[in-house]
Amino acid sequence: MSSPRKPDIAGIVQKEREREARRAPKNKKHIILRLLRYLMRYKWYVFFALLLSVGSNLFALIGPLLSGYAIDAIELGVGRVDFQEVLRYCILMIIFYALSSAMSYGLAVLMLQITRKVVYSMRQDLFNRLMSLPVGYFDTNPSGDIISRFSYDVDTINTSLSSDLITLFSSAITVIVSLVMMIIISPKLVLIFVVTVPMTIVFTKKLTSFTRPLFRARSRKLGELNGFIEEMMTGQKTLKAYHQQPNTIEKFKGRNTDAVDAYYQADYMGSMVGPSVNLINNISLSLVTIFGAILYLGGSMSLGDISSFVLYSRKFSGPINESANIMSELQSALAAAERVFRLMDEEPEPADAPDAAVLGEVRGDVELRHVCFGYTAEQEIIHDLSLKAPKGKMVAIVGPTGAGKTTLINLLMRFYDVDAGEITVDDQAITGLTRGSLRKAYAMVLQDTWLFHGSIYENISYGSDTATMEDVRRVAKAAHIHNYIMTLPEQYDTILSDDGTNISKGQKQLITIARAMLLDAHMLILDEATSNVDTRTEIQIQEAMLKLMEGKTCFVIAHRLSTIRNADQILVVRDGEIVEIGNHRELMQRKGFYSQLYYSQFQ
Amino acid sequence: MSCIFRYIKPYLRRMTVGLVIKVLATIAELLIPWALAYMVDEIIPLKSVKMILLWGCVMFLFAFLAWIGNIGANRMASKVARNTTERLRLDLYTKISYLSSRQAEAFTMPSLISRATTDTYNIHQMVGMMQRLGVRAPIMMLGGIGITMTLDVQLTLIMVCMLPFMGIFVYKISRKGIPLYTYVQEAIDRFVRQLREDITGVRVIKALSKVEYETQKFDQINEEVVNRDRHAGMIMNILNPVMNFLLNVGMVLVILLGAWRVNQGLTQPGTIIAFMSYVTLILNAMLFMSRLFVMTSKATASGKRIEAVLDTPQDLLLEEHAPLDTEDHIVFDHVTYSYEGAAPNVKDITFSLKKGETLGIIGATGSGKTTLINLLMRFYDVGKGAIYINGIDVRSYETRKLRTMFGVAFQNDVIFNDTIYENIRFGRSISREEALEAAEYAQALPFIKEKGLDSVLAIRGANLSGGQKQRLLIARALAGKPDILILDDSSSALDYKTDARLRQEINGHFSDTTTIIIAQRISSIMGADKIIVMEEGEMIGYGTHQELIQSCPIYQEISQSQMGGEEKNE
Repeated sequence: MSSPRKPDIAGIVQKEREREARRAPKNKKHIILRLLRYLMRYKWYVFFALLLSVGSNLFALIGPLLSGYAIDAIELGVGRVDFQEVLRYCILMIIFYALSSAMSYGLAVLMLQITRKVVYSMRQDLFNRLMSLPVGYFDTNPSGDIISRFSYDVDTINTSLSSDLITLFSSAITVIVSLVMMIIISPKLVLIFVVTVPMTIVFTKKLTSFTRPLFRARSRKLGELNGFIEEMMTGQKTLKAYHQQPNTIEKFKGRNTDAVDAYYQADYMGSMVGPSVNLINNISLSLVTIFGAILYLGGSMSLGDISSFVLYSRKFSGPINESANIMSELQSALAAAERVFRLMDEEPEPADAPDAAVLGEVRGDVELRHVCFGYTAEQEIIHDLSLKAPKGKMVAIVGPTGAGKTTLINLLMRFYDVDAGEITVDDQAITGLTRGSLRKAYAMVLQDTWLFHGSIYENISYGSDTATMEDVRRVAKAAHIHNYIMTLPEQYDTILSDDGTNISKGQKQLITIARAMLLDAHMLILDEATSNVDTRTEIQIQEAMLKLMEGKTCFVIAHRLSTIRNADQILVVRDGEIVEIGNHRELMQRKGFYSQLYYSQFQ
Repeated sequence: MSCIFRYIKPYLRRMTVGLVIKVLATIAELLIPWALAYMVDEIIPLKSVKMILLWGCVMFLFAFLAWIGNIGANRMASKVARNTTERLRLDLYTKISYLSSRQAEAFTMPSLISRATTDTYNIHQMVGMMQRLGVRAPIMMLGGIGITMTLDVQLTLIMVCMLPFMGIFVYKISRKGIPLYTYVQEAIDRFVRQLREDITGVRVIKALSKVEYETQKFDQINEEVVNRDRHAGMIMNILNPVMNFLLNVGMVLVILLGAWRVNQGLTQPGTIIAFMSYVTLILNAMLFMSRLFVMTSKATASGKRIEAVLDTPQDLLLEEHAPLDTEDHIVFDHVTYSYEGAAPNVKDITFSLKKGETLGIIGATGSGKTTLINLLMRFYDVGKGAIYINGIDVRSYETRKLRTMFGVAFQNDVIFNDTIYENIRFGRSISREEALEAAEYAQALPFIKEKGLDSVLAIRGANLSGGQKQRLLIARALAGKPDILILDDSSSALDYKTDARLRQEINGHFSDTTTIIIAQRISSIMGADKIIVMEEGEMIGYGTHQELIQSCPIYQEISQSQMGGEEKNE
């Protein structure tokens, strides 16, 4: 087992700071304010919690007072103890302690309510943002890391909020009261605190500037580890097939060590805070004693004054001490909050134009005019593409793999916006339409089938709000998946498992085809919709497919050229450019690239 | 939890040293008020500035000792927590990596992910906290009780008699906490699943305008996690106030008994006053300890979940089976298998392949083609019958040895967020030249050259087209120069031309490799030495293209639909 690397704290701090400098400048205050804003959504709860904390503290303070009275009654001495009096105070004490306990439980419950509400709405906000992000975000950010922000980081914030907030508040009260009392007793001795309190503050600040980057690194490393775990679990079968477990375990080892090291390094520095603040307090206590004694010798202070002063200074430093301890917890919460807010601040898909129209009744005339597009500025994938797909016509796109066919789909559905030119539906530029209504106008079956953990019924009816069981059966029959479903133990209620081991990829495609059949859309996109379905089944569902396509403007991408022979227009794409255009017969006669592709099927 | 302690054990010595230092530091800290009292009582009346300064220095000394000791001990505690977690997480990950497919499915993937992540964090936190709080609090409590003993034994006993009540209470509550937190973790599993799904399915969700629906679903599970967590918190938070109350009741009892004893002349009133301040000390210690118990029950819940994985017996062990005396490379002998244990997914499959032969498998969606591969590679064990490679039952192979014979491209295979080279190399010792060579055979060279071997691929290979992905996966399969090559419907996104060239390359350069191709296109398999036609888990045809075209009606039908019909037309 590796021993923790000698923490090169300075190095890490340096690196983290540089990393931070590269990002948009965000200061700590800003983050704290945002956290507070979450709390303030429940300001009445918070207010009530503060009241309760004051109340339970006060009741707890009444206890010693009462016990003092009881002792006064005892103090009378042997044989003269006033038992009635003692008993009375004892009963009162029990009542007050019971009240105080009840209130502190009430406080705990209230804090739980508040923090869970904060967690809940934080996650909700995160999720809303996540869903509004452009699809490209998910291609560059590991899902494990995203999940880590939702779980680990939000939890960290929550732990700190629930315990630290109340502590800080009640500390503040105690500090103020003690300070006043001390000033009354000896303004001169308070001067010592003029030295030590700023010392504490400066020290904590200094240390914080070190620990913050460490806590940041800790959150990040955990996120990375999660990303790794998530990716490797997804690829489990392949890793097993190549017997790559030893290698991935080796890689995991490195990341795991990184993560625990980051945790350790944050702890390493963080654990200095408490004892150090303690030290400063103890020094001030010693100073108070020494100077108090000297003052006593000078005659300006009584012994009783010294002891009360010391008592209050203990009371005074206690909460400061605790607050300093909390600082390190707060650091980790702030670091986590940074990650949470960074996701919340990701640029969403550009908002629909303010005057964006809702695409209502759709005829289905789609037109592309001089469209240019590239995922990155350097690499243009589609150059100056123009095409017309009138209502109810079928446009097929063929060409070698990697020629930009799927990109076209991304543009049609506005997952990405074109760099130049425009796309129109029913003569309306799609940039002037709401994304929701535009996308709803399409039904689609994609190459990457996506099914979720739920019953087959739910998976098929997904996308249609009105589908009944009858409808679902009908489309399942049309997609030739009904018979298979009936062989399953729970039939339509069978829950599809996570990676769908109980179902083949072809069957998944049939389910997504059934799903598309339930959609009431005027335009249809089929991107390799049947690539994993065997050809016999494909023929069997052809009738249903034709019915699905009937009256709809269709965009079909397929390799099996047999599927697209009936297309009204075939675009042959090569390297992002349309090299040929026409129907099957015309293209075959031309004896160009298309006919080459076509004949290669039979070689 | 026993299992977690096993992981702490190697660090017991360091932990003990840390604890001893912590004890010393705590004592040094407690000595400061004592020194102060001594100064006020004994030194100040001496009216000697020198003595005052001297004792002041003693106090400084204690303060520094406490400082150094506490920091040192905290760091040692962090180290123990770090090492424990590192080993535990590594072992857990290793175990998960070697779970059989069936076992992993039983746990479900989101649950395994959250066990490896959130559950191990909980342990990390607990081990660290336990050492930091776990020492100070008991010392304070025992010290407090010890000092009160010296004041008045009987009064102390009255107070101490509350302790068993507290003990029982703490025990009961923390027992209760474990299932509650287990319940929370289960909800977290589902939370993770929902989130993963929404991340992977974001295109479909947006395309179908289901964002609102998914948000509602997320809302539900989010609420459930929060509610369960709150419920657990509400139970665990009873601990503090009740303990507080019990201890204060103990104090009231002390006053009552004290009153009687003072009346009898057995105790001084001053003693009772002193008692009060120590009760506060003990109370504070108790509060810390109860916080510890909350953490422990949370960590125990996590510990149990981790243990459940670690304790899973190893599946797919090496089994002794009689070898088969055969010249054939691969033999399926009356193989039957069922995933669910109900209707068999493949029935009575028998065939054999010689070294270097090519087998094509064709058949309807869901007819059991991939299942055959799963059994051959021993992702699952056959129900009936046996599978032999080189005459040895696959169950008698060491897994590593078995799997390294294969090069495989699955139907929905994964591309990792790494360089192209790493995706081809895949941890094996394959040089860049070999990787490029394999890429050339797989028809992947043009786009790899364009991007560069060292360019990093996006998550799930999102910056590649479907066909590019497949060619990269095939390159991965070919790069290891495997004995057995399996292409499970892995050229479906390739155009015919590329597919044809790919097959030519495989025939030309991998003549010694036994190849199994699962395909939908007849053109992909018609050149194979043997072809199996699958239908509902059964072999309904077995032979060459020529034989099947004569004898197997379904094969004829497939062939007709893909090629024959066409030829007539043109």
